Amino acid sequence: MVGLPSGIITAANYTREPTVMLVSNLETAPGQRITAHLGIVQGSTVRAKHAGKDILAGLKNIVGGELKAYTDLMQEARAEAVERMTAQARAMGANAVLNVRFVTTSITMGAAETLAYGSAVTVEPTAA
Amino acid sequence: MNNWKFWLDTLSLWVLIVPLLLGYGVGRWLERRHYRSIREREQALRHVVALNTRYVPEGVVAGSAQLVTGGVVISSDYFKTFVAGFRSFFGGRFRGYETLLERARREALLRLKAQAEVAGSTLVIGVRFQTTTIAGSATPSVEILAFGTALIGPRGQVTAAP
Repeated sequence: MVGLPSGIITAANYTREPTVMLVSNLETAPGQRITAHLGIVQGSTVRAKHAGKDILAGLKNIVGGELKAYTDLMQEARAEAVERMTAQARAMGANAVLNVRFVTTSITMGAAETLAYGSAVTVEPTAA
Repeated sequence: MNNWKFWLDTLSLWVLIVPLLLGYGVGRWLERRHYRSIREREQALRHVVALNTRYVPEGVVAGSAQLVTGGVVISSDYFKTFVAGFRSFFGGRFRGYETLLERARREALLRLKAQAEVAGSTLVIGVRFQTTTIAGSATPSVEILAFGTALIGPRGQVTAAP
C-alpha cells in the first residue's frame, strides 16, 4: 500500500486490520461479498456552537455567505455520529456498514442533532 | 437643529437601512467572488467524476470503497431576506435564494470531490444531496450535504473513470 494515505480501506488490508471499517452509502460493497447481515446500527450527537461564535455568525448573516463556524460544527458532528455508528458495528462483529444515511434535525436555536445509521454486515473480498 | 439630534431621531431608520445596503453591496460582491472560485475549482477537479447511480459502472474494477462527504452551511444576506419578505406575499420566484442554494450545492459537491481525490479515487457513485434548515438568527441559513461512495482500485491505485 505504498503511496496511499493512511486510513484508506482496500481489499488487501482491511480484512487483516479489524479496526478499519468499510463505510458506504451503497447497498453493496464494491469489490466485496456480503457474508452476513447483522442488523441496523446508528450513532448520533446533539451539538451547539458557543455564544461567541454564534454572535459572529449573526453578524455574518448581514452580508450572507458561508457560515464557516457552522460548517465545521456540522462536519465534527457528522464525524462523531459515524464514529459511534462504526463502534456499534464493531461491537457486533461487523467489518462494514452499508446503506449509510444521514439525518440532521435542528432542535433549538443553534443546536442540531446529527444521526448516521446503516446496516452492519460482514464482507470478504471477492476472489480476484 | 442639532446635527446629532437628527441622527438620533432617525436612528431606527438607519438601523434598518445600513444593514440593507451592506447586505446588498457586500453580499453581491461575496457571491461573485464565490462563483469565480467555484468555477476555478470545478475546472481543477474535472478528473473526479461524481455519479448518482447506485451500482459500480460496467468496466470499472473496484477493490474497495470509502464514504466521502462534503458539507456547507450558507446564510442568506439581509437584503435578500428583506426582498424575500415581499416575495412571499406576492408569490413567484425567489431569485436570490435560487443562486444561494445553487452555489452551496456546487460547493458541497466540490468538497466531496476533493475528499475523494485525497482518498485516491476519481470516481464517486451513489451521490445524494441533503438540505437542512438550521435554526439560527433572523436570516435563514441552510446546510447542504453531499455524500457518496468513492471507489478505490483493486490494488490501491486510482480507479479509471468510465
